[in-house]
Amino acid sequence: MTTVAEPQTARETAFVDNDRHPVGHGRMLRKEDPRFVRGRGHYLDDVQLPGMLHLAILRSPLAHAKITAIDITAAQAHPRVKLVVTGAMLAEKNLAWMPTLSNDVQAVLATDKVRFQGQEVAFVVAEDRYAARDALELIDVTYEELRPVIDARHALDPDAPVIRDDLKDKKDNHIFDWETGDKDATEKVFAAADVVVTQDMVYPRVHPAPMETCGAVADYDPIDGKLTLWSTTQAPHAHRTLYAIVAGLPEHKIRVISPDIGGGFGNKVPIYPGYVCAIVGSLLTGKPVKWMEDRSENLTSTSFARDYVMHGEIAATKDGKILAIRTHVLADHGAFNGQAAPVKYPAGFFGVFCGSYDLEAAYAHQTAVYTNKAPGGVAYACSFRITEAVYLVERMVDCLAFELGMDPVELRRKNLLRPEQFPYTTKTGWVFDSGNYQATLDEALRIAGYDELRREQAAKRERGELMGIGVSTFTEAVGAGPRKDMDILGLGMNDGCELRIHPTGKATVRLSVQTQGQGHETTFAQIVGEELGIPPADIEVVHGDTDQTPFGLGTYGSRSTPVSGAAAALVARKIRDKARIIASGMLEVSVADLEWDKGSFQVAGDPGKAVTIQQIAMRAHGAGDLPQGLEGGLDAEVCYNPSNLTYPNGAYICVVDVDPGTGKVTVRRFIAVDDCGTRINPMIIEGQVHGGLADGIGMALMEMISFDEDGNCLSGSLMDYLLPTALEVPAFETGFTVTPSPHHPIGAKGVGESATVGSPPAVVNAVIDALRPFGVRHVDMPLTPSRVWEAMQGTVQPPI
Amino acid sequence: MQVTMTVNGEAVTREIEGRLLLVHFLRDTLGLTGTHWGCDTSNCGTCVVLMDGEPVKSCTVLAAMAGGHEIRTVEGLAAGGELDPVQRGFMNCHGLQCGFCTPGMMMTARALLDRNPDPTEHEIREAISGQICRCTGYKNIVESIRWAATDAAGTRTTLEPVEAQSVGSAS
Repeated sequence: MTTVAEPQTARETAFVDNDRHPVGHGRMLRKEDPRFVRGRGHYLDDVQLPGMLHLAILRSPLAHAKITAIDITAAQAHPRVKLVVTGAMLAEKNLAWMPTLSNDVQAVLATDKVRFQGQEVAFVVAEDRYAARDALELIDVTYEELRPVIDARHALDPDAPVIRDDLKDKKDNHIFDWETGDKDATEKVFAAADVVVTQDMVYPRVHPAPMETCGAVADYDPIDGKLTLWSTTQAPHAHRTLYAIVAGLPEHKIRVISPDIGGGFGNKVPIYPGYVCAIVGSLLTGKPVKWMEDRSENLTSTSFARDYVMHGEIAATKDGKILAIRTHVLADHGAFNGQAAPVKYPAGFFGVFCGSYDLEAAYAHQTAVYTNKAPGGVAYACSFRITEAVYLVERMVDCLAFELGMDPVELRRKNLLRPEQFPYTTKTGWVFDSGNYQATLDEALRIAGYDELRREQAAKRERGELMGIGVSTFTEAVGAGPRKDMDILGLGMNDGCELRIHPTGKATVRLSVQTQGQGHETTFAQIVGEELGIPPADIEVVHGDTDQTPFGLGTYGSRSTPVSGAAAALVARKIRDKARIIASGMLEVSVADLEWDKGSFQVAGDPGKAVTIQQIAMRAHGAGDLPQGLEGGLDAEVCYNPSNLTYPNGAYICVVDVDPGTGKVTVRRFIAVDDCGTRINPMIIEGQVHGGLADGIGMALMEMISFDEDGNCLSGSLMDYLLPTALEVPAFETGFTVTPSPHHPIGAKGVGESATVGSPPAVVNAVIDALRPFGVRHVDMPLTPSRVWEAMQGTVQPPI
Repeated sequence: MQVTMTVNGEAVTREIEGRLLLVHFLRDTLGLTGTHWGCDTSNCGTCVVLMDGEPVKSCTVLAAMAGGHEIRTVEGLAAGGELDPVQRGFMNCHGLQCGFCTPGMMMTARALLDRNPDPTEHEIREAISGQICRCTGYKNIVESIRWAATDAAGTRTTLEPVEAQSVGSAS
């Protein structure tokens, strides 16, 4: 294992020619961009089919209420309406409820009562989208209001109303209790420690809010019984299997197509009631039916993220050796447990809360509850709850630094895992594959000019100016996952890749993962190109269509490169192995005498005697005998089962200025150094990091899905749910180190969520650092001007 | 009611409902799906098109109000098959990921460069501040527009990442 703090080759910084580039890895422009810049992307709402009808959903205005009557007669009488469906009508077909990805059930349309504001109550199918919306106004629902549970901290009160009375014998709002680590050992370390710091913190409910909202077009063909469903899904294969189970349709008669996706960030992992409604609409009308939610529906009903109330404790020696971390978490899962996490991990991968540090003990306990809010929980590029875990540990380390009067960098440096400790097993059982955390931190400090920044800060403090420097040194865990441990609803988290080399030496790669902007059409062509010496321009990547691609669980949790990327490399190597045998026949030498030189096999010691992969491909498909026992063709498929997760890491430094008069925070600089192992396309990696940093700044400073005490969602539009624009984020500064993953075929670790995971604590740590003259140790996100100003007055309260 | 307007240089006349939004007129009536829709409230800017050369959010313009005006969409950005420098800039500087906000961003960029051919970074950020991108963190969008303003003239023939001035880092 080596860490490289400098570019391995010029390909890190020099662009390669898309058309002539003979090998794979490197900075390469994207193959998908020519269509996007011409407005020729094909997103869900661009799907137009002959005779297509439009579906709109009536949603609950109340957070918790009994439905006593629904009158749809006026809506049915609307001249352009074709169909009106209620929960009772779905119940007759046994379709009123569907399974969630966490083995709970969720109402497709409410039958007995509504459990959050925005819940689906009825749907209309009409000739056009305007008429469908008109008809919603004509449906008359009578509700009997019930007391809602909005504050998770009171969900388990003895007198709390029971939200899920649909579940047999359910008498409270408890979902699960979960723990990890050694409770007793941790208690012993805490009892003996010099210093113990405790801090309560809230990670507010936020929303991924992709620019494209969710939608579906269902087209059921009654003649051959085949359902084609275009939908905004990050996991087309998993969805198909679930539709087969929910709707009782045979799986081979379902085709799920995920077209170009306008951003996902985890929002497009779950199956939403709207998708099922579109299917039902098409089944009942015999016509294609489109459902496209509006922004308000997206923000109020689809998968949220976070909503954790955390109590953190950190134990250390008085000279700053961190000994143990302990936490209790209260998790608000909303009205249905609909988070998308591996079955054995109800709290996702929160268990990596030990962070990047060498601890003696650790323990976490979590309680999850129902509330009258939208379901979800695992979304917004969170790597299965690692966002919350990293925020906890990186804030706790800063709280400790505050109490010890130590520089936060010095404290981290003292406690970071050392390169020789890898593979390192955390006190909660995660086996970190590789890393050189000091090198990553050093690179961030170098780019930032850390010492100079501290001098500038000291001078500014003299003048009463508020400048803050925040640091975060985080470890991610991505690439779920090993099938012995990880499945979603019984489906193993493995992914496939199929590779066909055509007679002329061009190739088609078929993937089970699905891009939502990550650039798979480029990256996967590069992976295969690197292995086979075929120019990426000659490699077509096919994805997002269950009829065209091998099975797999899709793209989320930064798993495409760690899982399908491994499959792509391995399938290419399988092809290369067969090509070697064919080459030995063509060159009439033994396979042992052949050497691979990126794109051709040559006879050892005689480079003039060689055949290219293109010549081999033609031979594989052409006339004449192949070496004995060999089938014709040059195709292969691999389903990759990772032996472990991969563990990217990073060191982030944020510099902020706080206006002492208004509390307004300006992020002046953000330095992000990431180590995601082998870098396939540095341009795409940097782009993903930039996006995640903007997410993190948004969450830290602006974003929160909030509710009033009646359960009205106060963040139902982009006027109320604030997302960062180009004026709220700086020109990001990125850097890298390279510590390949030892178990991944090409050493790549995945990077899609690193910045979203690592940046929020860096921003918050910076703001708290700026507020040092006020003696403030912690303020919960979002750090809006009013909350920061209140912090300066000593009056700030948690946001919920 | 009947509406007549010029879209990408072509006169179009259609019978429409008075309440029809321009974004739906472009997408559903004319089939120009390069213009996207994202929020209903004029906050996200994926629906930006040019009306008489000025950026407008087509989700908050009635098709009827566009009558008699010149509309330009992303489909009209390339002239005679030649990509606009803004389009080339977005490809060359990785100014897009999912591509959903891209048409709106590029139309705003075109309008900015038409009135200010050499904008500063801050002027670019201000110009696109009514639009949201969730993928890029804006940095490469800003670079893309700068590229269209400067390098598209051909002063720089090979593509070098603007930020590659120091080893192992990019700023």
